[in-house]
Amino acid sequence: MISAIAFYLFASITLLSAIMVITARNPVHSVLFLILAFFNASGLFVLLGAEFIAMILVIVYVGAVAVLFLFVVMMLDISFADLRKGAMQYVPVGLIAGGILLFELISIFIAWGFAKSANDNIASPTPEASEVTNTEALGLILYTDYIFAFQVSGLILLVAMIGAIVLTHRRRPGVRKQKVADQQARSRSDAMEVQKVTPRTGV
Amino acid sequence: MVELWDNYGLQALFMLLHIGILIGVILGAVAYYTYAERKVLALMQRRQGPMMVGPFGLLQPIADGMKLLSKETIIPAQANGPVFVVAPMITFTLALIAWAVIPVNAQWVLADINVGILYLFAVSSMGVYGVIMAGWASNSKYAFLGGLRSASQMVSYEVSMGLVIVCVLLCVGSLNLTQIVTVERPFWVDLMLFPMFIVFLVSILAETNRAPFDLPEGESEITGGFMVEYSAMTFALFFLGEYANMILMSAMTVILFLGGWLPPFEIEALSIVPGVVWFALKTCLIMFFFLWTRATFPRYRYDQLMRLGWKIFLPFTLFWVIVVSGSLIYFEALP
Repeated sequence: MISAIAFYLFASITLLSAIMVITARNPVHSVLFLILAFFNASGLFVLLGAEFIAMILVIVYVGAVAVLFLFVVMMLDISFADLRKGAMQYVPVGLIAGGILLFELISIFIAWGFAKSANDNIASPTPEASEVTNTEALGLILYTDYIFAFQVSGLILLVAMIGAIVLTHRRRPGVRKQKVADQQARSRSDAMEVQKVTPRTGV
Repeated sequence: MVELWDNYGLQALFMLLHIGILIGVILGAVAYYTYAERKVLALMQRRQGPMMVGPFGLLQPIADGMKLLSKETIIPAQANGPVFVVAPMITFTLALIAWAVIPVNAQWVLADINVGILYLFAVSSMGVYGVIMAGWASNSKYAFLGGLRSASQMVSYEVSMGLVIVCVLLCVGSLNLTQIVTVERPFWVDLMLFPMFIVFLVSILAETNRAPFDLPEGESEITGGFMVEYSAMTFALFFLGEYANMILMSAMTVILFLGGWLPPFEIEALSIVPGVVWFALKTCLIMFFFLWTRATFPRYRYDQLMRLGWKIFLPFTLFWVIVVSGSLIYFEALP
């Protein structure tokens, strides 16, 4: 019963904040509601007993991705009244995209009934939570059966990261940067000299 | 209804009592940490520090608290009201909820969860929101600059902190904080973790926005940074949150590297002292380190801070993860 109350609490806050993401007038409020939605989704994962996924969701999405998101949105200076004027013309496209997503979600559940492997998957359930923690269970599967997929996704992320850096990095001429090695390499002989100053003549 | 009370009610009551005691102790520690900071800084600078309120100025934190309580909370007209008020609450709450998983003695922990260290890391990585929201909602340039600085700084140092934690986890083989303390490691493994201890010490300074990395506040350049518009209790919540966070990070360091509540160097005779005392003493040691660095080092420049985080700590910790995991496998010391 307690877990049911917790479920409805998390689920309703997730849905409400998801709605607020697209209806909030202020874009920064939108991002903050998005973060609230992430956070409550991780609460739902905890209720499922998937504590590792829940924590990773908070660390990666709330702690890193959404921070950068908020960072960018905060610095944007756009008149949102202007942006909203033409918003209605995108409604059909949005509806189509949403419809496709809904159809796919529903067809997953229908396909579950038809698929041959579905029964096998039910027959080999995940190990009991008391036997092995789900961090360990994930590791045992991820680094053995799915090692290839794991490494390929790592490679894709690496390529994407390098691509983003190459595309956005620009070399600006004339920018003075601190060169620590040069500073360290200076010796006393080329940085200063001792001069004998005779009175009333100056250097 | 009776069943519900038996199943949940009593437990909830006990839980609330535990939480109440823990929060009381933490807030007391925070209050006297501010006093200790002023005293330690004063002694290091050959001053006297707070002397007037009570014997040796011991009542100074209480007087400060009363003053902050009795002031008026000012919300700037151009500020974004709800976000402005919520930001300090987030900072303060996050600094407190992390304590739920900290084991202060063998069985003394509110929630002994499997992913304790990830929980701690998640909570500390969310700490940036209080600052960034405060900076944005204040609608002031200084506050905004402070918020941006803090966001990039905390995100940068989290990367190396995460890799340091990975190193420790490799040697322990568990994400549970109690097990991290109790699992026995060979001496050479402890020795190998020592560089990570140093990196972690520097990273927690950056993570809690403390000197020499206190650029988000930077009173000489941005007049107090993200909290420039805050007053009275909203300011006090930021202040309490910052100090509670410092104590939390100290406790985290003690658990990861200094053996938690166990007596130092595993000396048998010392185990007559209760574990919680050792835990408190070790935490105080790291807390003193915070004050010591503040008294010793001048503030970093921002590009130096970023260089240290991304060009020195990140490659080094990444390299060290490989060294640690490689040697653990080679010497068959994996837990």
